[in-house]
Amino acid sequence: MTTSLLVLAAIMAVVVGWLLRQTLNVKPWVSQRPVVTVDGDGAFQLPTVKVGLWVFLAVATSLFALLISAYHMRMMEADWTRLSLPKVLWLNTAVLILSSLAMHWTLAAARRGQTDGVRTGLIAAGVFAFSFLAGQLWAWQQLNASGYFVAANPANAFFYLLTALHGLHLLGGLWVWGRTTVKVLRGAEVAKVRLSVELCTLYWHYLLLVWLVLFAVLLQTHT
Amino acid sequence: MTSVTHDESDYVPPAEVEEPELYHPKTFVGKYIWSQDAKVIAVQYAITAIGVGLVALVLSGIMRLQLGFPHTFSFINPSNYLQFVTMHGMIMVIYLLTALFLGGFGNYLIPLMVGARDMVFPYVNMVSYWVYLFAVLLLMASFFVPGGPTGSGWTLYPPQAILSGTPGANWGIILMLISLAFFIIGFTMGGLNYVVTVLQARTRGMTLMRLPLTVWGIFMATILALLAFPALFVSAIMMTLDQALGTSFFMPALVSRGEHLAYNGGSPILFQHLFWFFGHPEVYIVALPAFGIVSDLISVHARKNIFGYRMMVWAILAIGGLSFIVWAHHMYVSGMNPYFGFFFATTTLIIAIPTALKVYNWVLTLWRGNIHLTVPMLFAIGFVFTFINGGLTGLFLGNVPVDIPLSGTMFVVAHFHMVMAVSPVLVVFGAIYHWYPKITGRMLNDTLGKFHFWVTFLGTYAIYYPMHYLGFLGVPRRYYAMGTTVFIPESAQTLNEAITIAALIVGAIQVVFIYNLIWSYFNGKPAGGNPWRATTLEWQTPDTPPKHGNFGKELPVVYRWAYDYSVPGAAEDFIPQNQPPGRKAKGLEKTVDAGDLGAQKLDATGTPKPVGG
Repeated sequence: MTTSLLVLAAIMAVVVGWLLRQTLNVKPWVSQRPVVTVDGDGAFQLPTVKVGLWVFLAVATSLFALLISAYHMRMMEADWTRLSLPKVLWLNTAVLILSSLAMHWTLAAARRGQTDGVRTGLIAAGVFAFSFLAGQLWAWQQLNASGYFVAANPANAFFYLLTALHGLHLLGGLWVWGRTTVKVLRGAEVAKVRLSVELCTLYWHYLLLVWLVLFAVLLQTHT
Repeated sequence: MTSVTHDESDYVPPAEVEEPELYHPKTFVGKYIWSQDAKVIAVQYAITAIGVGLVALVLSGIMRLQLGFPHTFSFINPSNYLQFVTMHGMIMVIYLLTALFLGGFGNYLIPLMVGARDMVFPYVNMVSYWVYLFAVLLLMASFFVPGGPTGSGWTLYPPQAILSGTPGANWGIILMLISLAFFIIGFTMGGLNYVVTVLQARTRGMTLMRLPLTVWGIFMATILALLAFPALFVSAIMMTLDQALGTSFFMPALVSRGEHLAYNGGSPILFQHLFWFFGHPEVYIVALPAFGIVSDLISVHARKNIFGYRMMVWAILAIGGLSFIVWAHHMYVSGMNPYFGFFFATTTLIIAIPTALKVYNWVLTLWRGNIHLTVPMLFAIGFVFTFINGGLTGLFLGNVPVDIPLSGTMFVVAHFHMVMAVSPVLVVFGAIYHWYPKITGRMLNDTLGKFHFWVTFLGTYAIYYPMHYLGFLGVPRRYYAMGTTVFIPESAQTLNEAITIAALIVGAIQVVFIYNLIWSYFNGKPAGGNPWRATTLEWQTPDTPPKHGNFGKELPVVYRWAYDYSVPGAAEDFIPQNQPPGRKAKGLEKTVDAGDLGAQKLDATGTPKPVGG
């Protein structure tokens, strides 16, 4: 559980650090100062949806950290066998990095207000993301073909579980991506989709980071 | 933050004047069924949670019948007894208490208390409720599937949870696990709303340290839940895979009924770590909202500011942080390195410090207060008593050498029912009696309320006090019948009968409460906007019950903390949070002359700049 505790400690440190920067030691019964800012006192100067996404990322981080903890604890049991990872995962990793880069490029285009750039970038990012998912399914297929279905051994079971949960998170992101892309294709102004693009970019980078960590954990125990 | 001197002329423009953009439903269905109004969603959550809680209450009555009068009832057999135990525990902890405190009170009180029009993501909030309802229906469906619901105990420990000897090992456990997964998904949607609303939607002037403690409690509990529920989610999915696809995450190699099962090498202890990594914070997910609400009830009904507000906030934060590093005290009997046990015993005892601090502050708030023994106050004081009793036995059980002999006995049942069942439920009742007038516009009947309180309060003591002694005698928990156990005296059975009678009376008397809720909705005394003369914003709304959008045209501006009761020199014994210094709250509606604006001007970012200073 060390991994989980470290991650949790980091999240808690952020929460407490932020609270301390607020007014936690103010004596509210003394101070009757009416206003600090217009948008609610001590609120983040960020769009509310973005704060919501950050909170969700903390929840997802807790989920993946717990999975990694469980993986390490299960490894200590006597029957653990090392897993040979399909080579295609390297390709998938590259594709996911490309997807993230395309998303980042889209964001830059959105900031410059270039409709064409946003359209191209979004489509490229989506195509790469779907390719990544297809590649993951292909990796499953390869493992299955060589006789390692989910119950074959615990390392395998974890491989399926981790990739499935990561893939589901990406699918959720693709749903938002889909709505944004449809808006852009129907000719919405860049300013109207800019926030959605920002959110997608943040989420894409986060999921890339999660995948890199998961892949590293899997590689570390690979034959 | 520097302190700013203020005088009569302090004026702050209201936070919002234009017509707010809210979803305006036109039909009855849009308004009350597919509603995006947090207040309606709150009532939906509350009714569903109380409904499913009544099912769990009936189950506990059946369990008590069996324990008090064994061999009398043919419809209770060992396997459905275990199913009733399991469903009772799981429903009460997750589907009643968690859903009611966060989904119910959280939804109703957060937007009103922080001065917001609604939750920040109303659509997600609505979906949250429907996912919760789906989870409840899945769970209830397990009563009707072949084999019935799971009987593995609410902790669902593998390997027994999915072995064929346990009731509900096929359908029941799968439905339970999937229902939990859906509950967690639904909760996460709601939880994002509660946290982000507190962070981002506070009205002008509502600094963190002016939040009522109710909001602090719910806020911190939601953070705990958001970070802890993933552990339950992960374990539910892994166990589903073990059961359905034959993986060996948790299942060791074992022989069941003479047959070698295909499982190999899994770790049941891994499940326990994951489960309790969620399970212990869960105690505080239920307790922190209760702490917050009870602080407000005591302050309002004792007409006195809460003692040590800052300490209360810090204690909530400390308890929240500590609750993540005590989980293994539920696992002493699983066997662990003695240094581990020492570590977890120490952290468990440390958590008593901020908790005791809160108890002292409640008592010191009551000290020399102008105590009104209203029904909410009775429940609040009842909570303090019960929580002290339940908390003290927790100190015993937190020590490894005390826990090991007591862990399998009724002592533990008595302990956690006092601290985690009766205590929060008393707060739930107190809170409903307190906020019902705001929700419906009518008061609950006082006489029925007092009757309900005294029977419930004394009755729960009649149930759980003697149960500690049963535990000392070695009466085991989870057992369908004691059989011929030599070391348990016959009098234990007599005590069990007495407990059952008390439990049935307390259970039956809840009908009075339900009757009161329904009767008062139509016939209760009209409450007016602020029957308890309270300071917090939910009592200052222009309409009671508040309309969609909560505060009419202008959002309130907050000038003070939530606890200005019996301020020396003030005209009344309470000053609402939105009352500017030196004038009536209503003054906001007056036209403002230039002199008022002169003292303080807002710059582009809204930061006040003293003029001529």
